[in-house]
Amino acid sequence: MRRRTKGGLLAAVSLALAGCAAAGQDTKSARDAPAPAEKKADRFSKDPYPSTYHAYPGRVTAVRGVTVFDGEGGRIDNGTVVLAEGKVAGIGDADLPIPADAQLIDGTGKFLTPGVIDVHSHLGDYPTPSVDAHSDGNEATSPTTPEVWAEHSVWPQDPGFTRALANGGVTTLQILPGSANLIGGRSVVLKNVPARTVQGMKFPGAPYGLKMACGENPKRVYGGKGRMPSTRMGNFAVDRATWAKAAAYKKKLDAGKAVDRDLAMETLAGVLAGEILVHNHCYRADEMAFVIDMAREFGYKVTAFHHAVEAYKIADLLEKEGICAAMWADWWGFKMEAYDSVPENIALVNRAGACAIVHSDDENQIQRLNQEAAKALAAGRRMGMEISDAQAWSWLSYNPAKALGIADKTGSLKPGKMADVVLWNGNPFSAYTRPEKVWIDGALMFDAMDAKRRPVSDFELGQPGEGDVK
Amino acid sequence: MIRALLLSAAALLALPAAAQDVAVVNATLVIGDGSPPIAGGTVVVRGGKIVSAGANIQIPAGIERVDAEGHYVTPGIVAAFSRVGLTEVDAVSGTNDRSAPRTRFSAGLDIAPALNPMGSPIAVNRAAGVTRAIVAPGGSSNLFAGQGAVVDLADDMDMVTRPRALQFVAFGEAGSAKAGGSRAATFLLFREQLLAARSYARNPAALAEWGNDAMIQRADADALIRVIEGATPLFVRVDRAADILNVLKLKGDFPALKLVLVGATEGWMVAREIAAAKVPVLVSPLTDLPGSFERLGATQSNAGRMKAAGIDVSVGVFDDDDAHKMGYATQYAGNLVGLAKMPGASGLSWDQAFASISSAPARAVGMDGEIGSLRPGRVGDVVIWDKDPLELGSRPRAIWIDGKRQPLTTRQDRLRDRYANPVEDAMPNAYDW
Repeated sequence: MRRRTKGGLLAAVSLALAGCAAAGQDTKSARDAPAPAEKKADRFSKDPYPSTYHAYPGRVTAVRGVTVFDGEGGRIDNGTVVLAEGKVAGIGDADLPIPADAQLIDGTGKFLTPGVIDVHSHLGDYPTPSVDAHSDGNEATSPTTPEVWAEHSVWPQDPGFTRALANGGVTTLQILPGSANLIGGRSVVLKNVPARTVQGMKFPGAPYGLKMACGENPKRVYGGKGRMPSTRMGNFAVDRATWAKAAAYKKKLDAGKAVDRDLAMETLAGVLAGEILVHNHCYRADEMAFVIDMAREFGYKVTAFHHAVEAYKIADLLEKEGICAAMWADWWGFKMEAYDSVPENIALVNRAGACAIVHSDDENQIQRLNQEAAKALAAGRRMGMEISDAQAWSWLSYNPAKALGIADKTGSLKPGKMADVVLWNGNPFSAYTRPEKVWIDGALMFDAMDAKRRPVSDFELGQPGEGDVK
Repeated sequence: MIRALLLSAAALLALPAAAQDVAVVNATLVIGDGSPPIAGGTVVVRGGKIVSAGANIQIPAGIERVDAEGHYVTPGIVAAFSRVGLTEVDAVSGTNDRSAPRTRFSAGLDIAPALNPMGSPIAVNRAAGVTRAIVAPGGSSNLFAGQGAVVDLADDMDMVTRPRALQFVAFGEAGSAKAGGSRAATFLLFREQLLAARSYARNPAALAEWGNDAMIQRADADALIRVIEGATPLFVRVDRAADILNVLKLKGDFPALKLVLVGATEGWMVAREIAAAKVPVLVSPLTDLPGSFERLGATQSNAGRMKAAGIDVSVGVFDDDDAHKMGYATQYAGNLVGLAKMPGASGLSWDQAFASISSAPARAVGMDGEIGSLRPGRVGDVVIWDKDPLELGSRPRAIWIDGKRQPLTTRQDRLRDRYANPVEDAMPNAYDW
């Protein structure tokens, strides 16, 4: 899904192919260095565009008297959280010791949570302003483009990043290629900090993801061009042929045989080796079940189904397979495969014991994922489910961190984890609540009480509304 | 539990569709006109209309009483600008009647026969508390999109409250694309089409000389004359501050025009001028990104700033999904209440916010005497909510439209119940209905 597939604008999966016909096929990088073979399939550098992100300066900070959702289902009333050296240094009740040099923040009446993590964003690769020159999300020239990397499309000056921070409390996000292709390319996980380069935003140590898509989009885009796939069976045939090729490529690599460098196969071999996580756009229950079998057929694992509008029909299967479902609270009706949406989808997946995630796929809803979770929570409770507010917060931080392979680093307020934290001016499941402060790695990157602690992208500098509340 | 839910659904479906006289008592009563909620309030509906609402209301003898148990009771939400009823599944073109990009006609188009009262979006939006909608066409092949309607979302075939209630036209980038490529072309085409309509009105015989390649067709001329005379409000999509000022100037040439601005993303930058022109504005209020160069000044404080400048501001849901998720109106209004607390930001009070999704849109379309509040004489559209209606996840417990009790069960509820336990038992799920 993508804005261009909403609102009846389906046909317009943008094909603005400004000049650049195929992904750059340069073969050697100065950084290419032989890496120790672990699970093999790693003849070439796996990290040719390494993160240069560094934490910004922060102060030792203690928030007291605050209601805490720890992100893993825990809640502390009248809690204390200490941030130091970019990490969560302590979390506890009113008796938690506070370092002498800590800046004290009174959290009375306020809530403290881990930063929101969006596993499905196109900020930067479909930035605003949404002009054709910026339409860099779908390499819609071939149904499988595992060779493209979303990071090469991300424009770090997208004003959307600043809104996601200030209005949404989003501290980490995964940027995916669009869903025109069966295999859309690699994703990139970013820290939501302004930077001159994409490398300056890249989440250190986060694994790559692979975007895949089933259903209507690939068959519409390519069927519309008179080429395969034009049907769902065509979708699977192209997928399977591609995986078969990748399996053969990996076999050669593993056997130490000479291969011509193939960027597409390299990515897929990384998936088969378990190093790259599969994020599969898929709406319908029956298709998700087939994808699960296809993954088994070729020896990879689906980490998360995205959109998963019919996840509630197979919530038991998702639980059994250990696959996350990243969902909207209530999007429906924009296309046939989104027709059977139910507002209880997220809560039903949660109830089955599967990993439920609230995602946005949208530059607007990324600014209020907490509100989307609140609607899903209310729907579940109306159905009679007992779900605590604190548990529902796991849909916004810990579960998405799991799906991105970074749950050991962020996503919950555990001592030693990154101090990616939001202070809300009330219960974040209320429409009347806004983020007051947002820390990323312990650095205060947004403060609603300080107009200067509000990022302004290059694009907005000198424009109407520069530095305005947004 | 599934069985119980199904039974209650069946009970609701069996409700009589006739207007009932009813008094809803013990309500936290919201009139919808911007006045504060009334504790222990009562609203009386007779013959499908509001008879009285407030504290200390005399309840006619023999009338059915419904105890709201202290819950919020409000007028139904009015979707300020929407395509409700014009589409079922957007990407299934046969079900999608938003726009008519290949028609020869434009202003003369009338969406009324395209509305589908049995479509599932009607029930889903109704179950979110939306009882009326201002519905506008999306577009034609020409500058004017055509005539929209005011509709109700009741569970019956009689959907149109007022046909041809508005004419819709887009200026700015969208208008340029229709008019030939520039804003200059848009303004000239607008003026020439209205002048053509006027000359036709003065000399209908001239119609014989108009061919199919005429600037407008007869039906378009008929519709545009009503716009020129101010009999039909002209809803204008416009966002850039400079474009807004130029649209306001259209009244110089056509003084009777009844303008309503839709979008007005940069409206706060020219709020004084909009207020002076006494032109109401419909906003999708959380638009805060520079999605195009005509929205560089976008901010969620737009609605609050315009309201503070004295503009009649309505809140709608149309920059994202304008047909399926009208329930977002309450969420958006609630966001504006939250925004009012933030340093440097502007929002609305709760009372203003609720009015912005009930009486304000009714007033914008010239129907505040008929819909949008619980003042006497208005339609009997009443909602009992389970909690503060502007809070997330609040839902109606009961809805009346024109005094008729409405079913609240949707197709989505039926799917949910079927898959409450997804595992197939002795028989496949298909037998569970």
